[in-house]
Amino acid sequence: MEPFLDRIKKGEILVADGAMGTMLFQKGLKPGDCPETLNLTNPEILEEIAKDFLNAGAEIIQTNTFGASSIKLREYGMEDKTEEINTIAVSCVKKSVKGHAYISGSCGPSGKLIKPYGDVTPESLFRSFFRQIKALVTSNVDIICIETMIDLQEAAQAIKAAKTVSPQIPVMATMTFDKTPKGFYTVMGVSIEKAAVDLQEAGADIIGSNCGNGIENMVEIALEFSNSTNLPLMIQSNAGQPETREGKLYYSETPELFTEKTKDLINAGVSVIGGCCGTTPEHIKAIRKSVNSFQLSTE
Amino acid sequence: MDILKKISVAIQRGDDQTAFMLTKQAIEMNIPPKDILDHGLIDGMNIIGEKFKHHEIFLPDVLLAARAMYAGMDQLKPLLVKDGIPSMGKVVIGTVRGDLHDIGKNLVGIMLKGAGFDVIDLGKDVPPEKFVNTAAMEGAKIIGMSALLTTTMPVMKEVITILRNQNLTAKIKTIIGGAPLSKEYALKIGADVYAYDAANAVESVKQLIQE
Repeated sequence: MEPFLDRIKKGEILVADGAMGTMLFQKGLKPGDCPETLNLTNPEILEEIAKDFLNAGAEIIQTNTFGASSIKLREYGMEDKTEEINTIAVSCVKKSVKGHAYISGSCGPSGKLIKPYGDVTPESLFRSFFRQIKALVTSNVDIICIETMIDLQEAAQAIKAAKTVSPQIPVMATMTFDKTPKGFYTVMGVSIEKAAVDLQEAGADIIGSNCGNGIENMVEIALEFSNSTNLPLMIQSNAGQPETREGKLYYSETPELFTEKTKDLINAGVSVIGGCCGTTPEHIKAIRKSVNSFQLSTE
Repeated sequence: MDILKKISVAIQRGDDQTAFMLTKQAIEMNIPPKDILDHGLIDGMNIIGEKFKHHEIFLPDVLLAARAMYAGMDQLKPLLVKDGIPSMGKVVIGTVRGDLHDIGKNLVGIMLKGAGFDVIDLGKDVPPEKFVNTAAMEGAKIIGMSALLTTTMPVMKEVITILRNQNLTAKIKTIIGGAPLSKEYALKIGADVYAYDAANAVESVKQLIQE
């Protein structure tokens, strides 16, 4: 396959996959269980999910490693399985996509706050991400995706860890913003403008936002990002706020809405478009539809 | 500026060393501990809470203010107990079983302490029975539950079921919060209140305690 960043630089728009957690729960993950234990116990589920998203039209497939940094695994007493969990996750995606999609190694936040706000040091976060990313890169992921970040210092440590493991590996870094009356900010008070500057400075190749609260907000976020940076942008929106009906979980935003709003994301200059919580293969098909019609119109 | 106002300002600035020193001085000046608490510590945290509510400041500022508040509170606590000054009330809080997210829950704990409540924080991944047993044993009137995951929020209902089975719902009120939750969900599972953010949680707890 053509190197990922070359395609982005040519102005192509790439479709990424949807929600891993949502799919895992559909396929039997129990509430409260560590989602990454499935890598050890039921790797066939990961292959199925990768295949579902590939068939829906995703060209970037994430590994089930969002919580597989060593600090996070320690909470489940599985720190010593860091290498194994990350390696298996990559090989499952590899088996399913067979070279037809880029494999993106997912790295989520530690869930800890850096001193003086919490009890971890930047160095310990670096070591934790380094250990995870080393396993991912050794297993030949094409991209590292640092996502759902709320703290710039932590995001920077993760980016630094990725570039230390491999200076060539493309790094996508996305943060999660809430809408306030004064604009978009992360929980830790990071504005989009500040995120754009600092993520680039830390060495990210592609920046943007994931999760959040629905795709309409994401269009606004993408526009603000494009005013603050020249780097390519990535957006992975969730499908709105979840609601429970008869004990089952529903996300309010439909694939139709995703088809519609993907056009706005493209107009805002976004290069990588995928989904987050609540987005199913149907949502990814919906994104694909808009991306395809855009690519046709420009040919 | 009087010393209590200075304590309030030190807390707002998140300056724990100054908050510690000034509280010590105020105690040495024989200012009643309850006044130091109300017009110094609680005043500072109130202002922080208001600013946070209006998005003028963010979580890091609140965490630093809390650290400064604790620097004063640790000295005042034994004196308040000695004077027989009751707290605003006891509240048991925790993140429900299976959920390891505690940033939001910690924030609520800070805001409740900052408003003068006695907070028993059970941490994260808390089994339903533990919420109820602790509240009953400690004489807490409120249980506050947090969940960030759609998959762990049903655990909240288990807590309420235990309270019902033990006929405790009149004595112990429940308040829930967390990203995937809503007022509708609170109604559905029979929780007394849904709080949409930390400041709202404190307001709601104050109302529940008065009922």
